[in-house]
Amino acid sequence: MNSRIIIVNVIRWFLLLFVQIFLLKNMGFYDLSTPFIYVLFLLLLPFGIPNIVLYLLAFATGLTLDAFYDTMGVHATACVVLAFVRISFISISLNRDAIDDPEPSLSYMGFQWFSLYAFLCVISHHLVLFFLETFRLTEVGYTLMRCGLSCIFTLLIILLVEFIFYRRTPR
Amino acid sequence: MRNLWIFISRYNAFFLFIIFFTVGIYLTVKNNSYQRSVTLNSTNEVVGTAYERLNVFKRYLNLGMVNDSLAAENAKLKSRLLGLTTVDTAKDVKVVDTVTNQDYTYLAAKVVKNSITLRNNIMTINKGSIDGIKSGMAVIAPQKGVVGFIRDVSEHLATIQSLLHKDTKISVTLKKNNALGSLVWGDGNFDIKKAFIKEVPNHIKMYVGDTIVTSGYGSFPSGILVGRISRPNVATNDNFLSGEVNLFTDFSTLQYVYVVKYKKAEEQKALESAVKPNE
Repeated sequence: MNSRIIIVNVIRWFLLLFVQIFLLKNMGFYDLSTPFIYVLFLLLLPFGIPNIVLYLLAFATGLTLDAFYDTMGVHATACVVLAFVRISFISISLNRDAIDDPEPSLSYMGFQWFSLYAFLCVISHHLVLFFLETFRLTEVGYTLMRCGLSCIFTLLIILLVEFIFYRRTPR
Repeated sequence: MRNLWIFISRYNAFFLFIIFFTVGIYLTVKNNSYQRSVTLNSTNEVVGTAYERLNVFKRYLNLGMVNDSLAAENAKLKSRLLGLTTVDTAKDVKVVDTVTNQDYTYLAAKVVKNSITLRNNIMTINKGSIDGIKSGMAVIAPQKGVVGFIRDVSEHLATIQSLLHKDTKISVTLKKNNALGSLVWGDGNFDIKKAFIKEVPNHIKMYVGDTIVTSGYGSFPSGILVGRISRPNVATNDNFLSGEVNLFTDFSTLQYVYVVKYKKAEEQKALESAVKPNE
């Protein structure tokens, strides 16, 4: 069971990064909306993962993206912020002892919880990402617009993917 | 101590976040040239302003030392007064530039008053309108190096707006590939031996030790040695490169300068002013 989770996550990591780097990197609407679907990997890591492992995975994933985007450290920082938001949100919204679902996916947690969870994580990730990328406050309006539009795009794709791999589970 | 460990392990998410976030920001600033230049520039601005404030006081503290050096120089000059009579500063030397078929004449003049400690430095020389000096003429140093432009002219004296002035901008080129740039001084660094070459196009490669010469656009003849690059490829926020230049001119010991008279200066000026800027 345990090794199954690891294998699933490794495959997911490779798939999402492959799609992100070779497909979505070349996409974008008028330089305003760029989807960052790879954050789904961090969203779907199992509940029981220790914090330090989660942070290390987030940082490593971010660095891998940075290597391909030539923006050393930007994605890594954004992913670390996402990990922090993920931990905080899960500890606030769920009772730690009562969690018996393996991972926070749409099939296990339901649409309402998952969409709020995804929204908070994605918007914090994108805010950090775009502000670190522009690194100045004079273009704050443009940056916020890019951030908002990209966020919508990413969320749409994440929900789409989750509905495609939806498994009805006995609850 | 035990409580501290309990506290840290209880909120480990937050402390781990702080650690990883710091590492991420550090990587971002260290490895991306744009982010680094912004961070450095803003720190430089703060540091620069603080230094400027401090300099006002420092100038007063240095007065004694400047006084001493002036007195020593005075004594040295007096002792050499006899020797100086051999330098004939009254004579015009004609240099015919046969390559470009323009002739420049050089007029030697003695520096009467020099200043190097201010933000905007003005010198005075002992030649004036009676010797044919006009405002806007270029001034160069005796061995090598540029000095500035003639600013105001009286009958027997003239002032030079030296390179160490915020309005002085000299058109220069990199000698090896003729890439154009502008030489300015005092951009956050008030070292009299260092100036900056700015507005060099981004695709030009600068290296330490590259020679800078005047371009010949403007009142300077082309090919006057200016200095060597000491810190190349300083990124600016626009699409141009900057570099730090070690000047050949030593403004602190400048005694004689040459005023460059360009025969066609007025003709060129008249011709260029005929072009209206809106055309």
